[in-house]
Amino acid sequence: MSTEAKQNTITPNTITIDGQEIPFKDGQTIMDAALAAGVYIPHLCHRPGLTPHGSCKLCVVDIGSRGVSFHNSDRRVQTKFSVDIDGRSVSACTTPAVAGQQISNNTPALNEVRKTITQMLFIEGNHICPSCEKSGDCTLQAMAYHLGMLDGHFPQFFPHREVDASHPTVMLDRDRCILCELCVRASREVDGKNVFAIAGRGITAHLIVNSPSGKLADSDLETGDMAAHICPVGAILIKEHGYEVPIGRRTFDLHQVGEIGLEKVILAKVRHTDE
Amino acid sequence: MEQNATSQSNLRRVAIDPISRVEGHGRITLLLDDENHIHEARFHIVEFRGFEKFIQGRPYWEVPFLVQRLCGICPVSHQLAAAKAVDQLVGVERLTPTAEKLRRLLHFGQTLQSHALHFFHLSSPDLLFGFGSDPAQRNIVGVLDKYPELALKGVKLRKYGQQVIAAIAGKRIHGTATVPGGMNKILTIAERDALLVDIKDILAWSSDALALNEQIHTANPEHRDFATIRSNFLSMVGSGGELEIYHGGLRARSASGADIFDQFDYRGYQQIIREEVRPWSYMKFPYLIELGKEQGWYRVGPLARVNNCDFISTPLAEAARKRFREFGQGGFVHDTLAYHWARMIEALHCAESIYELLHDPDITGTDLVADLGEKRREGIGVIEAPRGTLFHHYQIDEEGLITKANLIVSTTGNNQAMNESVRSVANEYLDGHEITEGLLNHLEVAVRAYDPCLSCATHALGKMPLQVELLDADGMLVDRLTKGGNGVIERTV
Ligand code: SF4
Ligand code: FES
Repeated sequence: MSTEAKQNTITPNTITIDGQEIPFKDGQTIMDAALAAGVYIPHLCHRPGLTPHGSCKLCVVDIGSRGVSFHNSDRRVQTKFSVDIDGRSVSACTTPAVAGQQISNNTPALNEVRKTITQMLFIEGNHICPSCEKSGDCTLQAMAYHLGMLDGHFPQFFPHREVDASHPTVMLDRDRCILCELCVRASREVDGKNVFAIAGRGITAHLIVNSPSGKLADSDLETGDMAAHICPVGAILIKEHGYEVPIGRRTFDLHQVGEIGLEKVILAKVRHTDE
Repeated sequence: MEQNATSQSNLRRVAIDPISRVEGHGRITLLLDDENHIHEARFHIVEFRGFEKFIQGRPYWEVPFLVQRLCGICPVSHQLAAAKAVDQLVGVERLTPTAEKLRRLLHFGQTLQSHALHFFHLSSPDLLFGFGSDPAQRNIVGVLDKYPELALKGVKLRKYGQQVIAAIAGKRIHGTATVPGGMNKILTIAERDALLVDIKDILAWSSDALALNEQIHTANPEHRDFATIRSNFLSMVGSGGELEIYHGGLRARSASGADIFDQFDYRGYQQIIREEVRPWSYMKFPYLIELGKEQGWYRVGPLARVNNCDFISTPLAEAARKRFREFGQGGFVHDTLAYHWARMIEALHCAESIYELLHDPDITGTDLVADLGEKRREGIGVIEAPRGTLFHHYQIDEEGLITKANLIVSTTGNNQAMNESVRSVANEYLDGHEITEGLLNHLEVAVRAYDPCLSCATHALGKMPLQVELLDADGMLVDRLTKGGNGVIERTV
């Protein structure tokens, strides 16, 4: 069989990511299949077990049409935002895996796009890493390192956002919120509550608390809730426990952001169940 | 000593342009009276503005790491002063022995590296070549060239101090070490042993640096009088009256050595110190309330500490202190350039203390955090930073957010003193209505003795950008000379 013919043959229930054949089960997204096979697709708003949300766009991948080999769709030669004529850019976390998909993931061009998105996340909020207690444990910061981001590139927005420290054990610092809705979903789907929501649109979008006063103290959030621990940045914090982990033993001193299953390590760490 | 005729024009100049702030120029304004004598000198420092506001609304446990960003040379001092205040907020009176010793070790490392930086990078060119010498040679490059061995020791002393910091705080600069009521990391046996490797050399080099400074100061009579002023001194001392840079009571003594107060609990600092605001400066002017605004200014830092203490707990530094004391004929040494000498006595004390702490079994202990007590709404932490007594004062609300912060940074403590020293030098070296290069250089040497923060970090190569202006009795600009960071001097009237 010629190479060409081989490429046109679809193995049932497999997709190809960067040339590697990956099996999937019905109903799985590209992200699900990739993670199950140990292939890292950068993501911030995705968490196995929670309904995909598709908001951060870090998981952008290119799907080439069938028969277009991965090498032909290498976008090194293309400009940043152009779309492959033969394919399309999609969010891996929300796009179902379909047999025969030829997917580009870990390419310089896609990582460049991801870096730009990460820069935007930084400048839209007030992320002051040097004094932030989440430094070294923050997935956004780790992502920036992973993608080789050296600066914010765009001018800072310096938005004005509220701190809510009314709750006895949990603090909300909206300055650092990247609107990933992980807390919203964790509260609803795991904790069986409905503590958080996003209100407003565009640049005025912000995290709100579903309580009569809008304050965390009046919500039914409890320290043990997953929503209190899931924030990938330093926006939801357990009060009075910052800086307890010394430099050298923080999550990303010991791990790479691309490690599969890292979310379990992080959750154990913030819940203090890792020791 | 207050200005009069010149207020109008000075009011306008209060809006210090941001460019000079970014570049970190020091700026000196000399005000002449009708007889063309300098009746006031104003040394402008524009740092620390707005930091107290910036902290408001932040959670208290974050503060040590926010405020350490105030400074690139002594961040540890800010972290520790804030941490001491935070201990009070969480109701901790006493740290565990290991935590307290780790904090001390950290602070000794910090002070050693800061003092080493100051001497070898900033002041050794002035001292070794003489401050009237060719500015082209009078810098760290010149020192490297002519005294390579000495320069190398300086670099290594600084590196060692940073190594101590890194072992405890995880990074050489802007690490994390403190938590409310304690520390976040043990010092492992391996880390301790790594620090022990070079400690003997560090002791020897600190002794050499001290000997050199002592020799320079005692052998040059002109150093005695240069920029010298008589002043009160403020510092912390230990419970036995010993030199103490981490925790103790406040002691103030007058120029003649008489007690103004002693073993004063620093949490009541507002009863003894007030800060005066002057329209021309962002930096406040603290004074001892008992003596009033005019007489109550004081000096802080190495000279104040070595003068004020009754003894030093480590033998080599104590022997050096006794010689220092003899030089002052039993009284205080007021020589401004003796700051350098005192600084090296302290550096040696740091090295000796590091040696002692590394041999203390508690230092590798594992009990790091004390039991927290009842929460309090107010905390005041004071520490002797390399440049002098440093005050951090915070109030929090019931949610744990900062509502009010007041910082008296070390350089502020020397604010009036620096102006006085500058005035003394200007009076001696100003000839007529022209600011000469010689005058500018001499002013720089005077300011540098105090090691003000602005000359640190970005200007570590001894090329402090400086602007000197001369105003007549009507507030009109008579002359202005500017030296850029590249050493180029320009007249810009
Ligand atoms: S608070 Fe954290 S988890 Fe919630 S939306 Fe913001 S960034 Fe995401
Ligand atoms: S992980 Fe897919 S959009 Fe965020």
